[in-house]
Amino acid sequence: MSATGFLSQLLQLAIALLLAPVLVGWVNQCRAWLSNRSAPPLLQPYRTIRKLFTKDAVVAENASWLFRMTPYIVFAAMALAAAIVPSLATDLPFARAADAIALVGLFALARVFAALAAMDIGTAFGSMGARREMFVGFLAEPALLMVLFTASLISGSTSLPTIVDTLAHREFAIYPSLAFAGVAFTMVSLAENARIPIDNPATHLELTMIHEAMLLEYSARHLALLEWASALKLFNYSCIGLALFLPFGIAEGSADWLAILGATPVLIVKLAVGGFALAMIETLSAKLRIFRAPEFLGTAFLLAVLAMLVNLMLGS
Amino acid sequence: MQHIPLWAQLINLLAAVLLLLAFAMLAQRRVLTLINLFAAQGFALASSTAIVAFATHQPHLYWSVGLTLVLKVMLLPWLLHRLILKLDVRWDVEGLINIPTTMLLGIVLVVFAFNLALPISQLANTVTRATLGIAMASVMLAFLMMITRRKAIPQVIGFLAMENGLFFAATSATYGMPMVVELGIALDVLVAMLILGVFFFQIREQFDSLDLQHLEKLKE
Repeated sequence: MSATGFLSQLLQLAIALLLAPVLVGWVNQCRAWLSNRSAPPLLQPYRTIRKLFTKDAVVAENASWLFRMTPYIVFAAMALAAAIVPSLATDLPFARAADAIALVGLFALARVFAALAAMDIGTAFGSMGARREMFVGFLAEPALLMVLFTASLISGSTSLPTIVDTLAHREFAIYPSLAFAGVAFTMVSLAENARIPIDNPATHLELTMIHEAMLLEYSARHLALLEWASALKLFNYSCIGLALFLPFGIAEGSADWLAILGATPVLIVKLAVGGFALAMIETLSAKLRIFRAPEFLGTAFLLAVLAMLVNLMLGS
Repeated sequence: MQHIPLWAQLINLLAAVLLLLAFAMLAQRRVLTLINLFAAQGFALASSTAIVAFATHQPHLYWSVGLTLVLKVMLLPWLLHRLILKLDVRWDVEGLINIPTTMLLGIVLVVFAFNLALPISQLANTVTRATLGIAMASVMLAFLMMITRRKAIPQVIGFLAMENGLFFAATSATYGMPMVVELGIALDVLVAMLILGVFFFQIREQFDSLDLQHLEKLKE
């Protein structure tokens, strides 16, 4: 591992950690604008996280080590994923640690621990949220894998950097299968990040919660880490989407500092546009009943399968 | 992949969009959205035909582009809009089987169509022959929509979408049918639409509903 590779890896991780709460703040701001409310400041998620870190943690009496460890495990999994997903440069030392399938496994690991911790306390809302999260997860994961397989079929590798290299740095070609995969991926990431058609991130009604219901028992630094982790998850999914479907501007290799510095503003612009699109989708659609979730995610899965079929048919 | 020219890639993309819209129509519950999706499919069809016409220098194809634009993007959707306004039928579409099962059947049909088209498309010598499978798939999906829908208007939209698929098959396999055939089909579709519009009123007058299952109870 070269020193520059290590440094660019650190830079990408730091940018991911710093940008993730801003991305959430930006989405919230756009949502507020679109619904004619006065928007919270862009850095509001930072303030929330800082406030939470200075508070004393309250943990339920019957909480086991699982409950205490989960925020750290979930945060570490998301940070590791942020290091693996090629958001700035492709040839990073960490990227070789896991391919796309292992990345999905990493997300699944975080989900399983979050669900176990939610059930650990034994409150009704926690276990309800955990059940729903697993329900959504088991429907979303195959669709996500199919999307990644489609990109892998095109580039002949399941490793994300190779996929990005194939799509971004070779001769320009239109891949119709990626159009299907893009729609499927959007649907999956809406569901995975607890966004509106499946779950409402701004809800205060416990009965309709999915993701929030799992965090109800957490406070202070644990909650801060989990909030940060979910912001990182949104960031990671956005970066996977950008890497697969809009890979232009990602630096090739890791040795070229100028390319990486040039890739940063491109990434920020792409994330800003993506965040606005996300806010647009959320404003324009209504939350589905939980029993409609299988239909929504089943459609995503079918679209991903169609993407593979179209790829085999057209050879592109 | 690299040796395919850009215009053929664009047609591949539009073919994929056509298939995507066929699936969207299959999954759609609302009649109004269904009509808009049909218009969008017509637009995708017209664009792909225009690209074929431009790239292969076949001026007669421009006529069919214009025909598609006027007929399928403007006239027929407008007629359908007017029809549902007059009939006051903005209900949700009811399927005979639920939507996820329909979508699964759709996937099976797509696999079937792709398999079927593979040997046929090798006989064609056009650059766009790979899209033949997609065209057949969208014909079959539209057919599936006609079978699984209970009400009259979605069935008619399925019929029109099927014609879209056929048209696309002709363009991709042989760079378009002769002008006479195209004109004939287009007029057929228009006349069929007008006659079916009259039928709708008759059916509703008879049964107070557009549910075609009532037709099974007809007696002398």
